Amino acid sequence: MTTQLEGPATRALPAPEETTPERSTTTAGLLVKIVLLGLLVATAVWAAFPLASGEHWVGLGILLATTAGLLYLYITPRHIPAKYLVPGTIFLIIFQIFPVLYTASTAFTNFGDGHRGTKAEAVTAIQTASVTRVPGSTEYQLKIVTEGDPATGALAFLITDPKSGQVSIGDADGLKPADGNPPAGWTVLNAGQASARSKEITDFAVPTAAGAIRSAGLSRAYEGKAVRAFDPATDSITDTTSGKVWKADDDEGAFIAADGERLAQGWKVDVGFANFTRVLTDETISKDFLRTLIWDFIFAIASTGGTFVLGMFCAIALQSNRMRFKGFYRVAMVLPYAMPSFAMLLVWRDMFNTDFGLINNVLGIHVDWLGSAFSAQIAVLLVQLWLGYPYMFLVTTGALQAIPGELTDATKVDGAGPFQAFRAVKLPLLLVALSPLLISSFAFNFNNFNAIYLTTEGGPFPADNPSNGATDLLITYTYRLAFGGSGAQYGFAAAISIFIFLIVAVVSVVSFRRTRAQEEVYS
Amino acid sequence: MIRWMKQVGWRHLVAILAVLFSLGPIVFVLSAALNPLGTLSSSTLIPSGASADNFTRLLQDTNFPSWFLNSVAIAGLASLISLFLSALAAFAFSRRRFKGRRTGLLSLLLIQMFPQFLAVVALFLIFSKITDLWPAIGFNTWWGMILLYLGGALGVNTWLMKGFFDTVPKELDESATVDGASHTGIFFRILLPLVSPILAVSGLLSFIGTINEFLLANLFLTDGGSKTLAVGLYGLVQGSERNTNFGIFCAGTLLTAIPTVGVFMYLQRYIVEGLSAGAVKG
Repeated sequence: MTTQLEGPATRALPAPEETTPERSTTTAGLLVKIVLLGLLVATAVWAAFPLASGEHWVGLGILLATTAGLLYLYITPRHIPAKYLVPGTIFLIIFQIFPVLYTASTAFTNFGDGHRGTKAEAVTAIQTASVTRVPGSTEYQLKIVTEGDPATGALAFLITDPKSGQVSIGDADGLKPADGNPPAGWTVLNAGQASARSKEITDFAVPTAAGAIRSAGLSRAYEGKAVRAFDPATDSITDTTSGKVWKADDDEGAFIAADGERLAQGWKVDVGFANFTRVLTDETISKDFLRTLIWDFIFAIASTGGTFVLGMFCAIALQSNRMRFKGFYRVAMVLPYAMPSFAMLLVWRDMFNTDFGLINNVLGIHVDWLGSAFSAQIAVLLVQLWLGYPYMFLVTTGALQAIPGELTDATKVDGAGPFQAFRAVKLPLLLVALSPLLISSFAFNFNNFNAIYLTTEGGPFPADNPSNGATDLLITYTYRLAFGGSGAQYGFAAAISIFIFLIVAVVSVVSFRRTRAQEEVYS
Repeated sequence: MIRWMKQVGWRHLVAILAVLFSLGPIVFVLSAALNPLGTLSSSTLIPSGASADNFTRLLQDTNFPSWFLNSVAIAGLASLISLFLSALAAFAFSRRRFKGRRTGLLSLLLIQMFPQFLAVVALFLIFSKITDLWPAIGFNTWWGMILLYLGGALGVNTWLMKGFFDTVPKELDESATVDGASHTGIFFRILLPLVSPILAVSGLLSFIGTINEFLLANLFLTDGGSKTLAVGLYGLVQGSERNTNFGIFCAGTLLTAIPTVGVFMYLQRYIVEGLSAGAVKG
């Protein structure tokens, strides 16, 4: 990324300060620079060893290139803007841009439960899962071992052949002879640890040529034969007992039988725009999409607008030199912002509780606030207002202080009343200064997962439609469709999140352009 | 009297109403935390009795002290470093003219609009790899979480700071340049001290944002001793424990607020008056 940033900088118009060499820095500054660059090199060396020993040559190459680029950047007197932008940008690329691009790329696949790995992995899984015990097969002595923490480390089977006494160790990759019982570095799980993970152990199978080795209890293992076999020639799975055949469908990433039955275990394939068209054409999804979208807009605009208006009103009220107790008011108003928001969302939900909620107690009524669509929507907006207005209060206070006092004095001289002065001078200036914050607050609230998930969980739901509630935002709605109920469908979820992204981005860019026009008017 | 009402009185009225609105739920949390029965159904707005039971149970039966330490360390370091990174970028955006400046600013705004929690799967895969290679910055570590949060260092805060940097007259830099100051000198010696109010505000905002972060922390800090407050407290009111643990939960919520309130009090003098009206804009 260094090169990307260098490009524009070198090609920038040769403003005098860009081309003149850096002025001689102080000795202290030079010393700090040397120490920092030394730390950079030390970190790079520390990071390089695991990469080299793991033979991750591409990673090592990127590390070397980045380090060299950084050293060049901070030694050369040129590319001054890049010197200031690169540190934050590196983290931005690794932990935001890359994950987002990765997620976006899964939108074109069927990645999700049942479609995680490659076709070969799916075949192995299907064969191992179908292993049944053949009568009279060898029974091995079994010890369950792990290389890591007994509670979470990856499992392996340590088995002893009762006839030959040969000890072997087997994991998901297969069986190999073991040197020792247990081999160095492995720990044997005791009965308690093993029974705590019994579900994992029952599902665990070591693939072998004829089938797989599975456990029978915690101390016995047997080698079984796979009932279902993959035939590469016909590209299909055959059940040897029933004779049923499932043919591989490389477009769907699944084995499908003639009667339409699918094997649960499939593999990940590219599906093109199928996930996107599904949003628009699938009855159950497109029907509710529009309704949710409209409420999402109402929610985001009302949250942002409501908090801004209340926050600004309070900030203006406190902006007076003649006022006493300002410090107290300010601290007390901002307190909601200092409270942990996730916890307060849960507290608010309990305050709206019908039977023992605070609001019903204080008012002496018995209303199911979160039970009807309209009151639930008002309730979540009220919670948003409580959580969000202190932030707006803080930033408006800051922005108001940045407005030069001469301007307000001038309006007084011109004979404007306080309200006129506010409308004509302060509000436009505030809006210009805060519009990026308002836009990003809109974007944040548009996707405010916690605000809904921790309070109403999207409810209340109409009796005939349990998948789309009155307070659902697109994001909670997607979450339920994609991760809830029928298992994870990351590919589909990613496709919807791209839709959400496009909607929010378009709205934001349009409003950003409008405020840019304003900026040119006022500044 | 009417004159006083018009000039000062309405301000007090607005302030008192806002304070009541703000404090209501907090008082409820306070009385629930002091409630000797410790259940949701027995909690009221006005404390029904005062007892420290919920606090002692919180400290004895849970890992609260280590959650607290983890949260303060992670949020403190992450917000300090990201504040610095953000200030660096804001300086470049405000004071330098280079190709791609507007695009860069706009992309910072746009990247925030992707529903981040869907990128969680990708982040999880990245961190599995990192844990394999460098366990010291992987799952269940302070530095792993800090690095993760630094990914969001450039964002809204950069905009906020850039806007504030813009209000400092460029003539100040120019005269410093004439006096022989380098760009680092201008940044550290002239601009940073002048923009300290906005540094305080953004520092506070990012500290609060980080200490409240739940989704990623819940996924990446699974080891009992490495959990943060958000993850630990959430675990207290899971499922059927909800009603019975409500008092402990509220006690934890109150204690969680202490570092944030502390940071706020500490930074308040910068936030409140700041250096705004003085030498800079005069």
